[in-house]
Amino acid sequence: MAYSLDDRFIRELPADSEIALSTDDLRVFYGDKEAIHGVSLPFERYKITSLIGPSGSGKSTYLRSLNRMNDTVPGAHVEGRINYRGLNINSSEVDVYEMRKHIGMVFQRPNPFAKSIYDNITFALKRFGMRDKEQLDAIVEMSLQGAALWDEVKDKLHKSALALSGGQQQRLCIARAIAMHPDVLLLDEPASALDPISTAAVEDTLLRLKDSYTIIIVTHNMQQAARISDYTAFFYSGQCLEFDETSKIFTRPKIQATDDYVAGHFG
Amino acid sequence: MTAKRADKIATIILDVIAGVIVLILASLLGYILVRGLPEVSWHFLTSPSKAFSSGGGIGIQLFNSFYLLLLSMLISLPLAMGAGIYLAEYSKPSFATDFVRTAIEILSSLPSVVVGLFGFLVFVLQFQIGFSILSGALTLTVFNLPLLTRNIEDALRQVDFAQREAGLALGLSRWETVLRIVIPEALPGIISGVVLSAGRVFGEAAALIYTAGQSAPALNFADWNPASISSPLSPMRPAETLAVHIWKINSEGIQPDASAVSAGASAVLILAVLLFNFAARFLGNKLHKKITAG
Repeated sequence: MAYSLDDRFIRELPADSEIALSTDDLRVFYGDKEAIHGVSLPFERYKITSLIGPSGSGKSTYLRSLNRMNDTVPGAHVEGRINYRGLNINSSEVDVYEMRKHIGMVFQRPNPFAKSIYDNITFALKRFGMRDKEQLDAIVEMSLQGAALWDEVKDKLHKSALALSGGQQQRLCIARAIAMHPDVLLLDEPASALDPISTAAVEDTLLRLKDSYTIIIVTHNMQQAARISDYTAFFYSGQCLEFDETSKIFTRPKIQATDDYVAGHFG
Repeated sequence: MTAKRADKIATIILDVIAGVIVLILASLLGYILVRGLPEVSWHFLTSPSKAFSSGGGIGIQLFNSFYLLLLSMLISLPLAMGAGIYLAEYSKPSFATDFVRTAIEILSSLPSVVVGLFGFLVFVLQFQIGFSILSGALTLTVFNLPLLTRNIEDALRQVDFAQREAGLALGLSRWETVLRIVIPEALPGIISGVVLSAGRVFGEAAALIYTAGQSAPALNFADWNPASISSPLSPMRPAETLAVHIWKINSEGIQPDASAVSAGASAVLILAVLLFNFAARFLGNKLHKKITAG
């Protein structure tokens, strides 16, 4: 089915809403091929925004460019603006390493370091100069609590993280990300490799984290987007065709492609 | 023929082939050890060799082998680490990278006797280092570098790309990610590569005949000043190694007990190489456990 890519609806956020991160005409290229064709979206502070869309629609590529993880892909380059705290972070003058401390990321496949649970969380903190044992202990407990993992692992903090189940590993990765106190948390299909119980645990975690973090999540699972997010952006063929409050996207979408997608007609 | 029957026949054939390989190895080891071990004694391991009479040992050759191994590892390991890290982590696919990789492959397939002659012409004659441990160590570096580099590169590549992403996403720089996350995880693989290549270096003869020399002058084990030519630590002295000694006795040895010395030396050499192999596994596993908190 072919949809007109000119039919779009991008909701303007209310003037008094606080924008944590936004993009202007963001384009991502792999070699000569343009994978993302100019996406402009705002992300409101302390809200969850879902990016949904069929496979290959570019939602993960878009997400990965927000903290410039696409820099690590050979041949990839990103054009357009990414606005964060009044700064265009898609610029060679920006210290990407410093920026990534503020815009954290959790990946599709859990990727804990082959270290102990404790070291997974404290590793980066120590690298950035935090030495105080009590402070580190406190952050470990706080981030594991934040990721709803503390009760399950508090007696084996010095055991290998690789011995945890997939769901626990993913929550450890979330804990590791929030231990850095980022402003914005990017999640790339964090529950797609998990069973339903672990998925529910991760979703609960995200809903609680919303109070202190701006969350942008790519998901394949429309129920998940409907359950947890405040805003939803529908991606199709490297474009964002519709961006609106989640309840509107799932009940009264304005674009035909969105309507068909959320109704399950393709995917 | 049914699929089941075909599978059964294939299984039997493969079992036989595997058995033959084990048998060859076992009989080789058995022959060398049974012939050689009776000749090995404390006296044999510690006393100097004799050129014309019986009762010589392999003490100096054994020391030379270990010292040469140490020196060549000291030179080749940092170089191989650098090259391996560059190829696995930093190089972008390009003509230059392909060229480096091809060069390494060609270098690793050079016969060791050719590498030895190269060392003779370049280090011994051109640089006027003479027959010495240093010439030998430099030549062994040429011999060892390609395989060690390859080994380190492979060990680094085995580490999941997601681990690098995890490090970068936390705001670590690429170098910190490589140094603190990728290398520790690859360390067991790197260590076993290093120890295995140590075994190869330890048993190498052809590359050393014209570089480290074929004589083992008496050493003064009370003199530890590296600048003194009779000191065991002197890198400028000629130093016949165990493997070269075995080759020399067998080709031109005139000691009455030449075959006994050669058998004993072979057994010691084989044992040392076996030891390296087991040590590689043991160290690799142990280290992996320690690092991963497993």
